[in-house]
Order: sequence, then C-alpha cells, then structure tokens
Amino acid sequence: MALLQISEPGQSTTPHEHRLAAGIDLGTTNSLVASVRSGSAETLPDAEGFHLLPSIVRYVTNGDPVVGSVAGAMAVADPLNTIASVKRFMGRGLDDIKHLGAQLPYEFSGSGSGMPSIRTVAGDRSPVEVSSEILRTLKDRAEHTLGGELSGVVITVPAYFDEAQRQATKDAAQIAGLRVLRLLNEPTAAAVAYGLDRGSEGIIAIYDLGGGTFDISILRLDKGIFEVLSTAGDTALGGDDLDRAIAAWMMEQASVEDDAGHGELRRLMQDACAAKQALTDKKSVRVEVQRSDGPDWQGELTREHCNELIDPLIRKTLRSCRRALRDAGVRVEDLLEVVMVGGSTRVPRVRELVAEFFDCEPMVDIDPDTVVAIGAAIQADILAGNKPDDETLLLDVIPLSLGLETMGSLVEKIIPRNTTIPVTRAQEFTTFKDGQTAISLHVLQGERELVSDNRSLARFELREIPPMTAGAARIRVTFQVDADGLLGVTAQETTSGVLSHVEVKPSYGLTDREIETMLTASINHAQGDMEMRRLQEQQVAAERLLEAIHSALLKDGDDFLEPEEQERIAQAVKLLTKARQGRDHQAIKRAIEGVEKASLQYVERRMNANIQRAMAGHKLQEFE
Amino acid sequence: MPTNRCESHFELFGLPQSFEVNLAKLDRIYRDLQRSVHPDRFTNASEQERRISIQQAARINDAYAILKDPLSRGRYLLELHGHEFNDENSTTRNTEFLVEQMELREVLADVRDSDDPMGALNALMDRITDRLKESTQRLSACLDQDETGQLTGPIDGAVDTVLKMKFYRRLQEDMLDLEAELDNDLA
Repeated sequence: MALLQISEPGQSTTPHEHRLAAGIDLGTTNSLVASVRSGSAETLPDAEGFHLLPSIVRYVTNGDPVVGSVAGAMAVADPLNTIASVKRFMGRGLDDIKHLGAQLPYEFSGSGSGMPSIRTVAGDRSPVEVSSEILRTLKDRAEHTLGGELSGVVITVPAYFDEAQRQATKDAAQIAGLRVLRLLNEPTAAAVAYGLDRGSEGIIAIYDLGGGTFDISILRLDKGIFEVLSTAGDTALGGDDLDRAIAAWMMEQASVEDDAGHGELRRLMQDACAAKQALTDKKSVRVEVQRSDGPDWQGELTREHCNELIDPLIRKTLRSCRRALRDAGVRVEDLLEVVMVGGSTRVPRVRELVAEFFDCEPMVDIDPDTVVAIGAAIQADILAGNKPDDETLLLDVIPLSLGLETMGSLVEKIIPRNTTIPVTRAQEFTTFKDGQTAISLHVLQGERELVSDNRSLARFELREIPPMTAGAARIRVTFQVDADGLLGVTAQETTSGVLSHVEVKPSYGLTDREIETMLTASINHAQGDMEMRRLQEQQVAAERLLEAIHSALLKDGDDFLEPEEQERIAQAVKLLTKARQGRDHQAIKRAIEGVEKASLQYVERRMNANIQRAMAGHKLQEFE
Repeated sequence: MPTNRCESHFELFGLPQSFEVNLAKLDRIYRDLQRSVHPDRFTNASEQERRISIQQAARINDAYAILKDPLSRGRYLLELHGHEFNDENSTTRNTEFLVEQMELREVLADVRDSDDPMGALNALMDRITDRLKESTQRLSACLDQDETGQLTGPIDGAVDTVLKMKFYRRLQEDMLDLEAELDNDLA
C-alpha cells in the first residue's frame, strides 16, 4: 500500500486500519511514552499510575534488570550497579565521559569499538544497552496499555546531539525491538505539540533545558510546516549540572573531600536537587550534609546565593541562544514567542534570565515535562499513516557541521551546521600512488579548524578502487544525512563507474556485529537465532515491497510504463513472490534487488510526477 | 516521460531564470515540493522509494538554499551563464577593493584591544551588513538580462561583486567567532 503514497502523499489503501504508534521521550533523568488515542495525544502511565519513568536501570546478580523508581530507590545503597543519567554517555568515548565530571559513581571499562562499558554485577553493559532497557520498559508499557504490538515509534533526541549520539539512540531502539519511524529533535517535538495546540504562526524559539542537555531551536511555523531555522545547544549541560554546582558548594562548606564514596556523592546530588527544587517556591532552604568521617554540617542556602552558583551555567545557555538567533538571521523582536521546555525551566532564575535576554515573558504554561513526548506521539501517529490527510511536515537541520580530515590535521567542512536535512553533498577524490586501490577518509563533526577539536565520527575505508595511474582515478564520495540526522556514505569511481566498497569504523559506536550479539543476548530475542531474525527481516521487506508495487501498478502502471517494462517488473515480482515462501534470506534479498532494479525507473517517474503535480497546483494558485 | 535530472534550480521551482526572485513564492513552492517528496511522507514505503525520496528532498533543499541567498543565487546564475568559479584562485584584481579588504581586516584585528570590544564589533558588523546590501543591489544591476535571457552587461562586474560578497561573508563568519570569544571572556 505504500507506493500509493507517491501519488497521494499520506494516503493508504486501507484507510481505516489504525496502526499503533508511540512517541518516546528518552530523557536524561526521566523518560515518557505517549500515544494518540481517540484523537488526542496523552502520556501513558504505568500500572501504579505514574507517567514519568525515572531513567535509572539497576543490574542485579540473577535476574532481569530493574528500571525506574524501584531502581532509583537503590541508587544510594547500590551506586555501582544502579545507572542513572546514562544518556550523557551515549555515543561518547571514555575520555569524553571522564571529562564530564570526575565524580561519576560508576566504573567504566573500555571496549574494542571505542564505546566504553559500565561494570555491573550482571557484567559489562554499554550505555546503548542500558538505554535499551529503558526503551523496552516503555515499549512494554505502551503495548500493554494500547493492547497490541507497536508498529513504530518516534524517539526524541536533543537537537544538539551529534551523529554518534543519534546512532547510539537508534541502536538502543533496535536492541529493544522497536521500529524507529523517526528520531525527532526534542525542541521540534515540543514545537509540534505547542504549535498545534495554540495554532501559532510565525517565528518561535524553543528553550529546552532538560536534566542533562540544553537546546535552543528557532522555528518558523506556517500552515502545518515546522521549519527549523537554526539550532544550538550543549549536550552536556542541564539540571544535573545545576545540582552539581550546588553540591560542590555543600561539599566545600562541609569540608567533604572530592574522593568521597559513591553513595555519599549520590546523596549529595539528591540533596542538592531537592534544595534547588525547594527554592522554586521558598526564599531560602536548610541544607545538611551527614558525614561518615566527621561532624555533620548544617547550613542555609538562600535563593540569592543559589542564583550566584548557577548563573554562570544559565549564562552559558544564553550564549547558545545568541548564536542560534544569528544563524537563523532572526532578531529578538522578530520572535512571536519563547517557549520553555524541560523540567529545569521551572527554576525561577532560568526564567528570569531568559526573559531578560529575549526581552519578553517566556511561555511557561505548558507542562515542560510532557510536551516533548506529546509532540513525538503526534508525529508518530502521522508517520505510522494514521492521518492520511494531515499536512504537517517537519523540516529540521543538522546541528553541527560535518567535515573531512585534510592535510595538516585540518578539517574541511562539507556540510555546514544548520543546513536543512535531508542533504547530500558529493566530493571528488583521487589516488596519489600508481595502482592504489583504497582510500581512507576520516569524518568529523564540529565547528573547529583542528581535527583534534572536533568529534571523530567514523573512518571510512574505500576499497576495490580499480588500479590506475596516480591521479587518474576520480572517486566521487557522496555524504548523505537523512531526516534522522544520520550519515551515510557511498563512493563511486566515476571514470569506470565502479562502486567502491565503503567500510565504516564508527569512532564511538557499535559495529553491526556488536549490535547483533546484543540482540541475540537480549531477552526478547533469546529464543530465536540470528538466521531466523534475518529471514524475518527480509520477509517483512519483501512484503512491503510487493504490496507497494502491486497497488502502484493498479493505479498508474499503464500511464508510466511500456508493456515490456510492465512485463519485466511482473517477472521480477513473480520471482520475489516465490522466494518469499522459502526460508533462504539471501535468496529473498536477491529477489528484492531484482524487483527494485526492474522498477527503479517506474518509481523515479512517479516521484517526478509527484513534483510536477505539486508545481501544477502552484500554477493554478497563481492564476487565482 | 518526465525526467528532471538536468533541470536548473530555477526550472525545478518553476521560476524565471533571473536574479530577482519572489521570495514569498519561492518559500511557498519549496514547502509544497517538500510535502510531495519528503521521506516522512514515505515511512511505510519500500526501501527503494525511501532512498529516492531522500535524494529528491535533498535536491530540493539544495536548490532552495541556493536560490534563497543572493550571493549563492548570483554565483549560480553566473555559472549558468558559463562562468566557472575556481574557489582557490578566485581573487579580485580590483585594487580599490584590495585596499578595503586590508583596512577591514585591520579594523577587525583591533577590536579586541579597543576600549569597548563589543561596541566596536557591532559597529563593524553594521558596516558589513550595509556593504552586503549595496553589493546585492549592484549584483542585481549587473545581472540584468534581456528578453532572451542573455546578460545585458559584461560578466566581469558581476563576478567581481560576487567575490566581494564572498569576502564580506567570510569576514562576517570571523566576526561571529570573535563575538563568541568575547562572550566567553565576559563570563
């Protein structure tokens, strides 16, 4: 039924079939799942009626990990096996994590892929696996509440997440057995929920200060289109850091050493957070530090003093705001509204300084905790195909420039930050030795000139380049960033037309093989082996393709295809139909490729017709 | 059979090939085109369709970005008229402008040491914004076309203006970097 969408975007051949879809806000401190039910999006509670799931996973010796508040209750007693704020480690290397703060209460071990693991009683667990436990808990909750299997989910990520962090999130979803319809930027999700609710049209700013990350996005809302003009932020700055600033002051006052025990540090962070929250309503609050090796300390924290402690951090967010405005080419007075999102925007001082910077009262009347999940649920419902006539479209940007390492350890930018995605850019390379058959490329993300100051994303090895004299080969490398912000690389030698094989070595990610191993190890897939899973994947892909081609041919096969072209497609379809009934996943894959090859021109012609139809509509409008 | 692989960006958007572009119309067409090809419209389609949809959406994004911005639009138009820009070697031979470049670079270099760095930087920013506005007008005049689409004037003036604008843009980038640095110093 999917191909029909080409001629009538969003239309399904079976309009009344409702697909279960959900939006997931995978947060640093709390996570949420929401879904559109009888027309309105709402967050889904657990059996006890709680909507927020604390993003905490506790590993135990024998048995399944525990997720949520039950795990959180053990954070002080069992700090090493109780993992909180794991989002901070996603797509990061060991060095980055150490850089995040010397006071992290976990033990890390490096692993082959460059992605570190956390030592627990249940064995080493990568941040991706820990996240997948949270996702699985939310998946179970949604499927239980909605009464069926989810056809797909939209998962939100900070807008300022780099490619490695996005990929890590998608990997976690895969391990949790979720089909990701889209990775959606948190501020964009908030804008969708907010914009649709208020019917706002114009340029708005979303200021999103969460538990561990900060984003600012400038968007233009116009007739269902949510166009992100720019985004800026800090993926290592959030409410946690405000707590840490307060905790550091408490430690200093109570003369607690930096190397205090893990449990003690955890308690300090919790007390600091409680003090911060209490100061939302009160002018001052009593704080105390119980010490194992000395007299307890008691003191007073006034709101004024607290502001002094956290001001530098809030001012840091305002610098990002300034840059986002510059990049968008928008002045403060052009903004219709500034919308506050994320639990940390409850802090009065944050609101004060934001109001001062934007010279207007920010909107604080939406629930800053749930708005992102609600927006994700709305988008999931649309992407699943449940709202065929919906005109909503989200156009997002890449938050950080993508570049390649060149001579002298410098970075050459290929795709600048705040470019609308999807985007493709091609670059030509040549060989510098006779008979050279491989080229290696280092892809980086960031704004700085030096390689070492940017994030290393991956190294690509282009192999099987036809041997030629030095400088004769023309290798065209195409970088593609899809709507999720994920990078793909293809390469072709243009004089011979030979496709080079691209081998990816993610700097901080998991290889496909590692993901497979984790999949096999995970509970959901324990019974089935890898072969079985591959077969199922190919069967699903075959099913989708056959349905799509069938309904497309019925609709307009005669308009776009000569009889012999139709015959060629029919032959390929016949082969695929036969292969699908077998159990050889490779044969199905080959047959899928056969159908794709036979129908490539057809699909292209339809897509072009689509464009022309959109243009024809315009020509009509212009005459009206 | 419709194929539009080789169309110009102007043709893709159904707009006349000219430096003067109706930006409101460009925006409207852009959004409608994206609505018809964006991968979010093909979530449940086959892998192949999704690939083609991403390619098309990327192509429309690229064309839109070029047509939206006067500098890249002017440059693109010159390329359509057969002028080849070679980024490394393209420099202006206009001595007057070379002198101005040096002067502006010096002003930027002195910002840090001035009494009010932010104020000095803002003044320079305003100056460059004005220069860019003037240049855009000049470029528009240089790129005047007759009914057959041929340029009425010599191409050199337009090329020179594009190179000037490129310099101003680079300077703007550097100014923004400096602003961020000053911002950090103040904190």
